[in-house]
Amino acid sequence: MPLSLEEVRRIAELARIGISDAEARAVQAQLNEIFGLIGQMQKVNTDGIEPMTHAQGSASRLREDAVTEGDQREQFQAVAPQVEQGLYLVPKVIE
Amino acid sequence: MLNTPLKELSAALGQKKISSAELTKLFLDRISKLNGALNAFITVDAEKSLAQARAADERIAKGAAQPLTGIPVAHKDIFVTKGWLTTCGSKILSNFVGPYDAHVIERFNASGAVVLGKTNMDEFAMGSSSETSFYGPVKNPWNPDFVPGGSSGGSAAAIAARMTPAATGTDTGGSIRQPAALSGLSGLKPTYGLVSRYGMVAFASSLDQGGPMAKSAEDLALLLNVMAGFDARDSTSIERPAENYARDLDKPLSGLRIGVPKEHFGEGLSADVGKSVETALKEFERLGAKRVSISLPNSGLSVPAYYVIAPAEASSNLSRFDGVRYGYRASGYRDLADMYRKTRAEGFGAEVRRRILIGTYVLSHGYYDAYYLKAQKIRRLIAQDFVEAFKQCDVVIGPTSPTVAFRIGAKAADPVQMYLNDIYTIPANLAGLPAMSIPCGFGAGSLPVGLHIVGNYFAEVKMLNVAHQYQRATDWHKREPAGIHL
Repeated sequence: MPLSLEEVRRIAELARIGISDAEARAVQAQLNEIFGLIGQMQKVNTDGIEPMTHAQGSASRLREDAVTEGDQREQFQAVAPQVEQGLYLVPKVIE
Repeated sequence: MLNTPLKELSAALGQKKISSAELTKLFLDRISKLNGALNAFITVDAEKSLAQARAADERIAKGAAQPLTGIPVAHKDIFVTKGWLTTCGSKILSNFVGPYDAHVIERFNASGAVVLGKTNMDEFAMGSSSETSFYGPVKNPWNPDFVPGGSSGGSAAAIAARMTPAATGTDTGGSIRQPAALSGLSGLKPTYGLVSRYGMVAFASSLDQGGPMAKSAEDLALLLNVMAGFDARDSTSIERPAENYARDLDKPLSGLRIGVPKEHFGEGLSADVGKSVETALKEFERLGAKRVSISLPNSGLSVPAYYVIAPAEASSNLSRFDGVRYGYRASGYRDLADMYRKTRAEGFGAEVRRRILIGTYVLSHGYYDAYYLKAQKIRRLIAQDFVEAFKQCDVVIGPTSPTVAFRIGAKAADPVQMYLNDIYTIPANLAGLPAMSIPCGFGAGSLPVGLHIVGNYFAEVKMLNVAHQYQRATDWHKREPAGIHL
């Protein structure tokens, strides 16, 4: 089932990636080729097969609920595009 | 010194025949002569490297050296390195200076190795040719009109051109093994969970695994001794006793059962690669190994399943790049949503955007069962194929890549053709198995051919033994590209 141009625009919006009409058309053709490749999966019967989410099973390690990291705010905010008084700045969201 | 094995470099440093500062300078000089033509490194910082080298020399003088103390190692620019620019080949991280060290970097630093620089790569490790880097394509030292493979192509080219004795890489679908094959060197992707992913920029978390790249299996063993180890900060890191990966290098191969999967010798394999691999299999038989015909019936489905699972995980992992906490932020936006859209449209290259879109689609409402769940079921079938195979053999051997290196630009406009490069390497990632590539000859255009060795879980010692015995009997791994002696 080929992707429509509208679907390409919709997933670009879900992914928060700006896309022009010309780009959407070019990407649409490429994605449809890739989904042609992916579609080969449908040839196999996988009824009753347990999905494999991970190479080593899925049991997660637990640890004590304790603070393990010190305050590294300055170090981590040094690489941020815009900070003020220890806060990350973004465009105004509430008028 | 340029062709010297790590063990001998280590001995020379220990006997004060050369200092780490001299050795580091030698390779830094190679980089300044050759990097302009090959583009293997994104960042070099001679002062930082030489400071580490001088510290290593002091450590050696105090008699506190470990095997890699004083040896320069280049790191793929996916490993966050404190005080070093860490770009992951992307514009979106073009100003990101590492605020901490990845676990792999910590371990190399603790061993006394010297960070020689950060190597070029496909953007976010998404590619098989090292052409998608924001910093320009990497050239293959065997012929600069050809790709070195990818995504760890900068590390591969740096070793092939003798700009570094060794390097790190990462492998999600073949990104250590395929460039090792196309650039004529040895590379190992360990069992999933053996090397910590802490500080390794995430692409597809259930598949990503760091590993060593070098000139020989023996060098890989020494590097893996440093890289492997438990780390509580990676929730998938495996807790198991430390091993000496070099301990069985010298074991003879008599009685070794080599599984040869018929699916990896059919349509799509070019004749020159097939011939070199066949010759290598005969060499193994001469060394006492036995050849067993096996089948990996679902291996043809590995590329389709991978191009659902890897983009799905990537679309989630790469959502963190939004221009707020680090990296590039677009200018001239109307509001927050517009800032996200512009930042991500401008900050990511075409291949990364494409994969985020695939991932977003397969995870979106109404499509999950048809794509993501289906792919995970096929992943199980592929892993089961190997369980059956390892009942009949000790290692699985075949070609690493269907062809030798291709021309820069030849597949850049055709994603599906590019994806099919990894048809033999992806199954090991999906199953989580260790796998490696070693040189086994030359094909069309006198370009290197790689031999793929897959082992059972945690069979790295056995695989390195197999590879080392082959390298004792052959000299493909000692060949070097012409025209790099300046």
